[in-house]
Amino acid sequence: MRIEIRFAGFGGQGIIKSGIMVAAAACLYSGKHSVQTQSYGPESRGGACKSEVVIADDEIDFPKVTEPDILVVMSQHAYNSYAETVKKGGTIILDPDMIPNEKKLENVKIFRVPATKMADELGRRIVANVVMLGAFSAITKVVDKEAMKESIKANIPKGTEQLNLKAFEKGYEYGEKILKG
Amino acid sequence: MVKEKAVLTGMHFMSGDIACAEGAIAAGCRFFAGYPITPATEIAEHIASRMPKIGGVYIQMEDEIASIAAVIGASYAGLKAMTATSGPGFSLMQENIGLAAMTEAPCVIVDVMRGGPSTGQPTLPGQQDVMQAKWGSHGDYEIIALSPCSVQEMFDLTIEAFNLSETYRVPAFVMADEVVAHMWEKLVIPPAEEIKIVNRKRANMPPEKYLPFMPDDDLVPPMACFGEGYRFHATGLTHNEYGYPRTQSSEVQTKLVQRLCEKIRKNADKIVRAEENMLEDAEVVVVAYGIVARAALSAVKKAREKGIKAGLLRPITLWPFPEKTLAKAAENAETIIVPEMNCGQLVREVERITKSSRVFHLAKLGEEPHSPMEIFDFIRRKHK
Repeated sequence: MRIEIRFAGFGGQGIIKSGIMVAAAACLYSGKHSVQTQSYGPESRGGACKSEVVIADDEIDFPKVTEPDILVVMSQHAYNSYAETVKKGGTIILDPDMIPNEKKLENVKIFRVPATKMADELGRRIVANVVMLGAFSAITKVVDKEAMKESIKANIPKGTEQLNLKAFEKGYEYGEKILKG
Repeated sequence: MVKEKAVLTGMHFMSGDIACAEGAIAAGCRFFAGYPITPATEIAEHIASRMPKIGGVYIQMEDEIASIAAVIGASYAGLKAMTATSGPGFSLMQENIGLAAMTEAPCVIVDVMRGGPSTGQPTLPGQQDVMQAKWGSHGDYEIIALSPCSVQEMFDLTIEAFNLSETYRVPAFVMADEVVAHMWEKLVIPPAEEIKIVNRKRANMPPEKYLPFMPDDDLVPPMACFGEGYRFHATGLTHNEYGYPRTQSSEVQTKLVQRLCEKIRKNADKIVRAEENMLEDAEVVVVAYGIVARAALSAVKKAREKGIKAGLLRPITLWPFPEKTLAKAAENAETIIVPEMNCGQLVREVERITKSSRVFHLAKLGEEPHSPMEIFDFIRRKHK
């Protein structure tokens, strides 16, 4: 088993952190092998940014993603770059408010999660990535829900636990809802 | 004041840079001077947060020249000292790296390689400094350079760099790349008592008998630290056993410079490390290091599946280079492949050692390291 996941958006959305939290959940709390790598521009905030996670039962030789099973995408620019790299039969989870122009894609399952809007409703746009992680967990089941929550708690600033876990639960519920159709 | 444990025993999920910082602390490093630079900044950042809690010192200097100078000073004052940088800073450090080699100051320099030359591509990986590590400062001298390929090795090899640096009184380099440094992976930190730590050989004779540059049989002089009561003169000029300049003497120059080289060359068998994968019957030998070695391992496994007898030699010490391991692996090899994130650097060493006309270099510049498929396709194209 080797699952490749790519998170993409722009710097400042918590894209890199999302990858780290998923990879840590798989490794520390689910006993799998995992690795996270990243790519971003020198401008950091606002520039194109991606975070890649490989999860496997065995040791991972090559840590980079070549053909993602899952793409979680939060900007138009990133969508344009990566929508067509997803493996046949793979999954795209996207934020429709950040991606007004979608292409016609075949052989992929598409889930639309308005994570940025939902985060705004919670009062802090900064947790949009965690809303997305909730939906990601519910839809893909790549990592266990409780493992994901442990990993989030270990990776956020102290004092923000309540907000982040709320964001995660909202995203999770939304993910379950759209999964059922 | 010590408020935190120095060795964070347990299982962690960490980045390579942070693991490197923790490795340094576990090795006993208590002085860090540096200047932030992508992709090595997180090393300085993490050490800055940890040193005050474990009784160590972090100083952000005005630039990289001052950083390595402060590190040499701290080393002479008796502390294990380190700095971390990337290509542009590594270039600035070269003059004082020569001073550290000449005055035999143990110290560790981490170079997280990004794309060069000049400021190049700050956030993208490279392997373009591996020859500079060997030849960067002027004059003849030897250093030790290690190449990590995982977060675990960022920790382990930083400790090893300190141990080797202390043993041989040379600058030791951790030549990482951006991918390994920024990658997050599992790290297991063993209990403190299970970590092998080497400390420099100290002067234990009465002060009046001490000659600061008189070597023992292993060619390494015992080291007194400044302020311990030993008379000690250190200079970048050619010096005799007393440490005094002898700038006109061919005899002193020959003896000193040959010893600086021989203390590493004659001990190379003890220093050299390499990982051998499926080399016993390999017709194709891939030589790769750092993150590229992990793509190469995937490619070699794929080649085996397709019936091509391929194997991987991964130098863990780039300098000294694992010459004997390569020579043995190359004896029966028909094709030797060297993928590097540069235009051809360590491949020159492979050509020199194997004297084979069937050594092929596969360059990769910018953005991503080689993919396993790129290396596999190259193996198939070159091995007929």
